[in-house]
Amino acid sequence: MMRFDRLTPITLGCVLGAAVLLAALNLLTPEASVIHVPNFVISLAGKYLCYAILALAIDLVWGYAGILTLGHGAFFALGGYCMGMYLMREIGARGVYADPILPDFMVFIGWKQLPWYWQGFDHFWFALPMMMLVPAALAFVFGWFAFRSRVSGVYLSIITQALTYALMLAFFRNDMGFGGNNGMTDFKDIVGFPLNRESTATGLMLISAGVLSAAFVVARGMTRSRFGKVLIAVRDAESRTRFLGYRPESYKLTVWVVSAIIAGIGGALYVPQVGIINPSEFAPGNSIEAVIWVAVGGRGTLAGAILGAILVNLGKIWLTSALPEIWLFAIGGLFILVTLFLPRGIIGLFMLRSGAARPETPDNAPGAAAAESAARELAG
Amino acid sequence: MGLASWGGCRLRPDFPRSLLTVLVIALFLALPGAARAQEDPFTDIAATSADVEARGVTALAISGNPRAATVLDALRDGKLYAWKWPRPDPPLYIRTDRGYVDARTGDPVDAPALTNIRKVIVSDAVRAAIEIAEAALDLFAKDVAARRKAAEALFLSSDPSALPLIEKALAGEQDSEVARVLREAHAAALLKSGTGSEADRLAAVRDLAARADLQSRSLLQSLQDQPARVAAAIASAIAGIDHKMELWGLAENVYYGISLGAVLLLAASGLAITFGVMGVINMAHGEMVMTGAYTTFVVQRLIAAFSPALDQFGLLFAVPAAFVVAGALGVLIERTLIRFLYGRPLETLLATWGLSLILQQAVRSAFGPTNQDVTSPAWMSGSIALGGLTLTVNRLWIILFAILVLGALMATLRWGGLGRSIRAVTQNRRMAAAMGIRTPVIDALTFGLGSGIAGMAGVALSQIDNVSPNLGQNYIIDSFIVVVVGGVGNLWGTLVGAILLGVVDKFVEPFAGAVLAKILVLVLLILFIQRRPGGLFPLKGRVAEA
Repeated sequence: MMRFDRLTPITLGCVLGAAVLLAALNLLTPEASVIHVPNFVISLAGKYLCYAILALAIDLVWGYAGILTLGHGAFFALGGYCMGMYLMREIGARGVYADPILPDFMVFIGWKQLPWYWQGFDHFWFALPMMMLVPAALAFVFGWFAFRSRVSGVYLSIITQALTYALMLAFFRNDMGFGGNNGMTDFKDIVGFPLNRESTATGLMLISAGVLSAAFVVARGMTRSRFGKVLIAVRDAESRTRFLGYRPESYKLTVWVVSAIIAGIGGALYVPQVGIINPSEFAPGNSIEAVIWVAVGGRGTLAGAILGAILVNLGKIWLTSALPEIWLFAIGGLFILVTLFLPRGIIGLFMLRSGAARPETPDNAPGAAAAESAARELAG
Repeated sequence: MGLASWGGCRLRPDFPRSLLTVLVIALFLALPGAARAQEDPFTDIAATSADVEARGVTALAISGNPRAATVLDALRDGKLYAWKWPRPDPPLYIRTDRGYVDARTGDPVDAPALTNIRKVIVSDAVRAAIEIAEAALDLFAKDVAARRKAAEALFLSSDPSALPLIEKALAGEQDSEVARVLREAHAAALLKSGTGSEADRLAAVRDLAARADLQSRSLLQSLQDQPARVAAAIASAIAGIDHKMELWGLAENVYYGISLGAVLLLAASGLAITFGVMGVINMAHGEMVMTGAYTTFVVQRLIAAFSPALDQFGLLFAVPAAFVVAGALGVLIERTLIRFLYGRPLETLLATWGLSLILQQAVRSAFGPTNQDVTSPAWMSGSIALGGLTLTVNRLWIILFAILVLGALMATLRWGGLGRSIRAVTQNRRMAAAMGIRTPVIDALTFGLGSGIAGMAGVALSQIDNVSPNLGQNYIIDSFIVVVVGGVGNLWGTLVGAILLGVVDKFVEPFAGAVLAKILVLVLLILFIQRRPGGLFPLKGRVAEA
């Protein structure tokens, strides 16, 4: 039941076109040329595409199911850790301690044997599904408990934050077997391609763009299908939907797990491109920052999430290098300004001006019903 | 009498030192009469013979002369000078940085000709005598605390050679607490000496068992070659001590838990107003706490600059100052930001999160990223021993402060004019408005009240935590947990939630480690919210969601 609209081809064209253009300018032009794209831009682009995948995942649950997640970084980081484990095993005997099986940090803390949960990660065909299954499993367990007992609204947000906070504390521990404070780094290659080669970086960037486009198509398909319509109904009036005979918790759980998988893939692509994964990826601040990307771009528009992730991060890299003191003021101000004056984000602004149909954002009309709905959110 | 009882004493390998101790103590016990009879306790201290000099040291120590400690210190440091030639009343001098003083009176004197005086030589034997004499000085000191400390030191050394000294001190001791420590020291020394009748030893074991701490336990454990009955008594005493220590450990955990709970209660009380009563998700709540802590810092600086005499009472000024500063900031935030977001909790969450980033960075820019040095007044430092518990005074104050703040808050809401308006607006906004209550003003004041209380919490936290721009972040998640567990809009619930969380945390910590304890608490919370989404004490009524 998928129906293409105008935004879908535009978004796909922009993402894929820009990625291919950057790759071509990097690989095909001589380094001295004016139009040559340096390597760091390629790795930066790859990183931002991964952020965009995370933003897309958040928009799917926040924009369409009304679940404000403050812990999606957890799924992103779990996917990243799975990829990190594969990359660590791939190093093999080339580590500092030259142990053919154990990663360096395990030798360092005196472990003699590979823990059971590290088995199999030397095969890419095993690690690849794990990058999706591990976040999916956590999301399923968490969501099953949360949605079934009808935890929603702000409470749910706070528990998601507690979730990622707890995981961060856990991964900081050395005896968890994930490298503790330092995490995993010094990766050598991925399925045989050396990570320090330009073509690998470009390839990873192109794959990220492809995955982002695929995730966008999947998310678009989900939200525009019958399933998506029910989801929006759940978002706007959960009890009413329930009284109509639907089971909101099933719809929420499904979209929640799908979103976690998308976030996990984003994290898995992120790790080989930045070359490190450590527990700070679980920090609650990261997850909340990702939420603001979505808010800036336009909640509930999918394309807006991608746009927001890329724009905010471009702003971040510019500000942190030009005026490092200002960055926290800027991002803080962005949170406030966007929520006060730009509830539908940049895409919403754009749509309003071009006279297009109202985007599918939730109705946030303030006014007489405000206090009542506050009470409702709290009671829920 | 002294020497006689030492006939059977087993001398330890470090023979000369031990012998000397015996000698000094024997003198101590034998001499008093003679020493007091002498007009001048300083006579022998400058003797050329080391033996006489050591005896002189002891005599001086027990003479009760107020200058004894000073003179002994000077002797040890080689600053005591004596007259070189014989004369009826040989003067003694102490060389100080500013010239010579009379050792007997402490009055400054004209510098004597160097040809007429000599430095009093301190041999090793004399040095050892000084050490023991100084310990003994404390044992007979006027100050109870000093006596107690000396007795405690003697207990820890449990040196059998000190036995007669302890006996003498015990005989004259008036303070029951010091006498108890002395008895314990006596018991330790007696058991170590391996002398004494079986009955004496059994009594000693009982004394040590009553003390029931790690030291007495390890002392009992170290005893060997005891008669069968004494050995059995020792074994049961050790078991008894273990049991007692377990109980004290339990009590200690409860105390630590309550103390942590008080901190959480302080941090969460303000949130119970802004979140619990108003329903505003204020992620910048932690920064209100931080504002309070920095206000404390500024107030202390101002007091140090303008009236150092009030130094000890800085905190008393900081509490209202922090309330006003954080409260005013809260009113400002409500008027410029929060009021546009009522009824949109998720947006409020995001906007206030942004606000918290701005406030942190503002403080970082103004005060720098490092920890600020907030001092504790003297009346908040130290600790109180209560059985096997050591209660730090600042924690006790914080518990008291938390109770006072919660009490004041409850009283305000219950009986205050503002509290009445707050309750009216919460219960029925439109009816309250119809009755003439200006609801926007009440909204701003309510938010200011919650923020001001957070500021007061900051004053307390500045005493136990680092005052840095990140101070608030450490408490924000815990505060929300407390309010959620206790049940939204319920101050009693907040109290119970805070204490519960603190105690659970401290009980899980010993066997799981601090980090795992935190994780476990979070997991428990997640499960708890699943079971009781309304908290421990949910609001009753027919509130249905749309």
